[in-house]
Amino acid sequence: MLVLALDTATPTLVAGLARWSPDGGPEVLAERTVPSGNRHAELLTVAVTEVLAEAGRAVTDLDAVVTGLGPGPFTGLRVGVVTAAALADARGVPAVGVCSLDAVGSGARTVVTDARRKEVYWAAYGADGARTDGPGVVRPEELAVQGPVVGDPRFAERLGAPVTPADVTTAGLLRAAAAQLVDPSALSSTTHPALVPLYLRRPDAVPPTSFKPATSA
Amino acid sequence: MSEPLVLGFETSCDETGVGLVRGQTLLSDALATSMAEHERFGGVVPEIASRAHLEAMVPTVHRALAEAGVHASDVDAVAVTAGPGLTGALLVGLAAAKAYALALGKPLYGVNHLAAHVAVDELQHGRLAEPSMALLVSGGHSSLLLVPDLAREVQSLGRTIDDAAGEAFDKVARVLGLPFPGGPPIDRAAREGDPAAIDFPRGLTGPRDAPYDFSFSGLKTAVARWVEARQRAGEPVPVADVAASFQEAVADVLTRKAVRACKDHGVDHLVLGGGVAANSRLRALAEERCARAGIVLRVPSPRLCTDNGAMVAALGSRLVAAGVAPSAPDIGADSSLPIDVVTR
Ligand SMILES: [Zn+2]
Repeated sequence: MLVLALDTATPTLVAGLARWSPDGGPEVLAERTVPSGNRHAELLTVAVTEVLAEAGRAVTDLDAVVTGLGPGPFTGLRVGVVTAAALADARGVPAVGVCSLDAVGSGARTVVTDARRKEVYWAAYGADGARTDGPGVVRPEELAVQGPVVGDPRFAERLGAPVTPADVTTAGLLRAAAAQLVDPSALSSTTHPALVPLYLRRPDAVPPTSFKPATSA
Repeated sequence: MSEPLVLGFETSCDETGVGLVRGQTLLSDALATSMAEHERFGGVVPEIASRAHLEAMVPTVHRALAEAGVHASDVDAVAVTAGPGLTGALLVGLAAAKAYALALGKPLYGVNHLAAHVAVDELQHGRLAEPSMALLVSGGHSSLLLVPDLAREVQSLGRTIDDAAGEAFDKVARVLGLPFPGGPPIDRAAREGDPAAIDFPRGLTGPRDAPYDFSFSGLKTAVARWVEARQRAGEPVPVADVAASFQEAVADVLTRKAVRACKDHGVDHLVLGGGVAANSRLRALAEERCARAGIVLRVPSPRLCTDNGAMVAALGSRLVAAGVAPSAPDIGADSSLPIDVVTR
């Protein structure tokens, strides 16, 4: 089956196209990783168009969409999630959500990404690659690291452990979605499951002191 | 061949709106709102609104399609509010609209929210006279616009220099112990009150003030001071009279300036829009003053005055008909999109 994979949980957006089979796993046909900062909404569909063109496929060829559900900075994260939900809905194909940290690195590891506010998002994985703990959000000093650490190397010092740089990848997203992709008929395309981001934090529920966005127009 | 079918998305504040329009005919207007979740904060919390938009998006699209009795593949163009509004909220709608446009292989129009408030009137009253004047008042905006060509040229004549009119309603409601949002309860309370009971200030109406700009901050403060003084003196607060007098001050300034703008620019059509346009006193006073000045007043039904997806689809439809080029694939949202940008 032809699968589009998206992730906007980190400042680098990922859009990849892969062939996937239960026996062979993912075969990545085209991938864009764009350091887009807070411009995910501008650049994500452009990247999707590019990977489709590079692989010589049309959007009508898609059989499923996989998206990272975070954790990640909320505004950017939602761009990928809503894009996946809308694309899948418009094409009538299933949308599968996975924890974005599952798509970083492989094997036994602890994954850390930038959660801002001097904290990291993290999750731990066993030798078979399955998540054993997390996802969570914590100050790096307070994280009990298990095994090698991969992800954002800027936190090495505060973790007190070396961090091998690693990002979300198309292959990682598909591996994380494998269980759900095995039987796509089980994923109904008409009432497709709600994709809910892994926010991990409650909203800062303080209304703007003065809400008048349009008055500056 | 039938007229183009346009799918419109609106997520600039707390309403998730998805609407379908064919030509100037309204087919559906599906709406989800997170207003109840903001009530206890007395204002719209951006992160709560953004989360709600994401949850509501696909179900609201389904409702809009079902109500209209069409299939997604029937859509000829997609339109979306690109600004102004809350950035995080705008981005959910923009990303969704881009994805639908890409998946359906149709053009995308990122449009100005304020111009969409004007366009929605075409669904009820037919083609807009051009030029028209537009007075848009809500919790997010208070603007006076000159509209020579809705598809290509909209000019800002004036706007609020501090609070939006709807914000003033919310704050005065809080002072009076009325619920949020403040517009409807103040309107109700004012019906029992005397609009001339208290002479609240009319902001920016002096001879040397900007003729088309608004200010509601001083009015809001004056109401609060008046009520506090009563409370300090141990006297009861005449809620109905305060509500009526406050509402009168707002309606007076808005309509006076709108009618003056029409006269100054030789324009004989005025369109009202935005949530505050549902206020009964504003509507009545606008009718009265427009009739006296020989101005044709057009006010959409209250449901279409507030934010919704159909208004975005209506403007998108206008853009398609006018042959305006669609937006670039890398279009972004702009929280303070200027009004002279109808589409970007
Ligand atoms: Zn509005």
